[in-house]
Amino acid sequence: MANKPIEQQPGIKGWIEYRLPIFSFLNNSLGSGYPTPRNLNYWWNFGSIAGICLVMQILTGLFLAMHYTANSGLAFDSVEGIMRNVNYGWLMRYAHAVGASMFFVVVYIHIFRGLYYGSYKAPRELLWWFGIVILLLMMATAFMGYVLPWGQMSFWGATVITNLFSAIPGVGESIVHWLWGGFSVDNPTLNRFYALHFLLPFVIVGVVILHIWALHQHGSNNPLGIDVKTPQDVIPFHPYYTVKDAFGFGVFFLIFGWFVFFAPNSLGDPDNYIPANPMVTPAHIVPEWYFLPFYAILRSMPDIGIPFTSIVFVNSKLAGVIGMFGSIIIFFFLPWIDRSKVRAATFRPVYRVMFWLFLIDCVILGYIGSQPPEGTLITIGRFALTYYFAHFIVLWFISKNEKTLPLPESINKSVLECCAHDHHH
Amino acid sequence: MKKLSLLVAASLIALSAAAYAESDEPLPPRKMSWAFDGVLGTVDKPAAQRGFQIYKEVCSACHSLNRIAFRNLTDLGFSEAEVKALAATYDIQDGPNDDGAMYTRPGKPSDYFPAPYPNENAARSVNHGAAPPDLSLIIKARNGGGNYVYSLLTGFATPPSDVHLADNQYYNPYIAGHRLAMPPPLTDSRVTYTDGTNATLDQEARDVVNFLQWAAEPEMEARKEMGIKALIFLAIFTVFMYIAKRNIWRKLH
Amino acid sequence: MSKQSTGHSHIPAEGEGATRRDFMMLTAASLAGLGAATVAWPFIDSMNPAADVLALSSIEVDLTPIQPGQTIKVKWRGVPVFIRHRTPEDIAEAKKVPMSDLKDPATDESRTKQGHEQWLVMIGVCTHLGCIPLSGAGDFGGSDNGGWFCPCHGSQYDTAGRIRKGPAPKNLVVPDYAFLTDNRIKIG
Repeated sequence: MANKPIEQQPGIKGWIEYRLPIFSFLNNSLGSGYPTPRNLNYWWNFGSIAGICLVMQILTGLFLAMHYTANSGLAFDSVEGIMRNVNYGWLMRYAHAVGASMFFVVVYIHIFRGLYYGSYKAPRELLWWFGIVILLLMMATAFMGYVLPWGQMSFWGATVITNLFSAIPGVGESIVHWLWGGFSVDNPTLNRFYALHFLLPFVIVGVVILHIWALHQHGSNNPLGIDVKTPQDVIPFHPYYTVKDAFGFGVFFLIFGWFVFFAPNSLGDPDNYIPANPMVTPAHIVPEWYFLPFYAILRSMPDIGIPFTSIVFVNSKLAGVIGMFGSIIIFFFLPWIDRSKVRAATFRPVYRVMFWLFLIDCVILGYIGSQPPEGTLITIGRFALTYYFAHFIVLWFISKNEKTLPLPESINKSVLECCAHDHHH
Repeated sequence: MKKLSLLVAASLIALSAAAYAESDEPLPPRKMSWAFDGVLGTVDKPAAQRGFQIYKEVCSACHSLNRIAFRNLTDLGFSEAEVKALAATYDIQDGPNDDGAMYTRPGKPSDYFPAPYPNENAARSVNHGAAPPDLSLIIKARNGGGNYVYSLLTGFATPPSDVHLADNQYYNPYIAGHRLAMPPPLTDSRVTYTDGTNATLDQEARDVVNFLQWAAEPEMEARKEMGIKALIFLAIFTVFMYIAKRNIWRKLH
Repeated sequence: MSKQSTGHSHIPAEGEGATRRDFMMLTAASLAGLGAATVAWPFIDSMNPAADVLALSSIEVDLTPIQPGQTIKVKWRGVPVFIRHRTPEDIAEAKKVPMSDLKDPATDESRTKQGHEQWLVMIGVCTHLGCIPLSGAGDFGGSDNGGWFCPCHGSQYDTAGRIRKGPAPKNLVVPDYAFLTDNRIKIG
């Protein structure tokens, strides 16, 4: 309840505002009433683009749901019915499939921006945590969504990944049967995946609201990684960042449109245009590209035991599952693993090298995940996996007393210095 | 000249086939250029019509085309009357009637192409355990798409001496394993084209690919046309937004 | 929420700067609006009947096997359609009825196609509450039993499918149809 009485302003806007302060709310969160650091670069566009992706996936998904049938005997045909018979069905389907890939590209860039500029550091730890939760929910949603067309990859990808849970000692097999609703991936599995795939995006919306709420507590980080100190450090979100975001949307939709209209299947697997057949396994079972690094970790983990003996504590299957989930869970601890007081890699030459090596390592892992696990690729995969976790261990050690470059005094001073030589009137 | 280039092509294939003969890896498909390639790709309707003729006269004996209805053929330039007449030449199972029995009736445009076998088991039992796949999506369901199908159809060859084939296998380096249960379906003059085009193996294979590409992606022309309009609009929008951004931000410096 | 102010004003002086910014905002909003409208249409249109549904939206029926005095039932757009090959008695019976006797007055001519009076094509759904009436039943069928009786609430239709008794308010609906040849009709 307000402390002092608020007066109703004239007009329709005033009438609504008096009853539900939506206009001032919007103004203070997105409008000219929301202060934002003035020095944000284009890496800061990816948050709003991710939001647009979420909206787009929900809209296209909803309209696809009007024509899709989640029964193992009908699912594949219903998707082809959408492609061939429903007005603009092909557009909706391709937008949804390409949109999922674009969503991950955008979110991965968004995450790496956070890693580079120290956006996970105090006081933004919870903001970072909500982000990881969103990523996990996205991965679950995407995994289940890919099963729905009931192609060969849908079926076999579901089989391989759900089988992982049998690695859990003791209760593993019961859990898998519980997940499947049967003794193999079949109609009950498909139906529950459809229900959950429909639900989870709305859970993501909820967590996104928490994410933005947490963001607005202390405002955005910035490329210098230093706190906002004076009013000269900030500018109103509208019109500066609304127009910049609009430009970002334009670029995003150009790339998105290119794929949807001219290369819609380039990010997918041809095997998924073959209806699922439990009697025939595809030559190479490969998940969608955004899961490849995790798939590589899953397959690269060896048996954990005593070397040169046959004593195994944790078999490679279970180790793979632990490693795969661990590779994401570890991000929850990053604000405490990275003990440096300096946020941005701009001023941390040692960490900057580590960052790029880590990124390259993730790309290598992605490549490994796309190939059959044979020969030297297994060794490279294991090396890349080791490096992945080593990155965090090394980070813990060096971050405490890392040599950093001197930080600028303030955002404003830094901006003025940079633009001193090209003065516009 | 054509014979010479065919000879050269054949020997090149043989040479590279020799390299791939050791492994079971398929030869990379030959890179052809198609009317449907690229941003401005279209359906070559006369070619697709010829390809349809081949499907009807050759392939449909073993391969179904489940997802294509007779009415879809108007996309290829057939008239409604032609489609109706064509549909009526097919026997379509319908029923049950009021006595509870299934019966056959002439096809209607809304019917789908009937399959040569009633189910997969029947298909396998007649074809030595290998079910001929449905062709509606084959272009999208194979790496290399149209290039792969063309290479496969024209790639049948006598096997190298170290390759042993079972009774019902045929050698073709373009498929993984280099063997398949389908005998070479096309040869020179396998069909007589109604439009008078000379029916060489190369021509037939191209026409089949054009037809199958349309069958797999009937929306392609509309999709690319819409894509050009969408990207032009987006480009204008993006450029405008960039100018607006520069304009609004200018006063800060 | 952060309580920091936005600092000194960055709004340009009134006049040229302001109108240029207004123009920019207006054009930006219009472009975005145009884009949104263009994107909205495919979503809306995707809910319209799909191509396979439209393909079944009209059917052709061969009338040759239907004998005089016989009524068949075909399925069209999910509902039954009665096609009756009327006898001369049926037709005479229908023409006898004065308009004042009819709850929903309609001449026999208006319910058939000229030159094809022996063919009666009607949607077989009772206009009361939607049950399917029984063919060759009821008190208004004349000597050749050419009427209909609805078992649900007792509506009765005559040899031209017009409501004569019972709760139904309207005659059985004659759908849009045409003769392709003397023995072939297209419904829908």
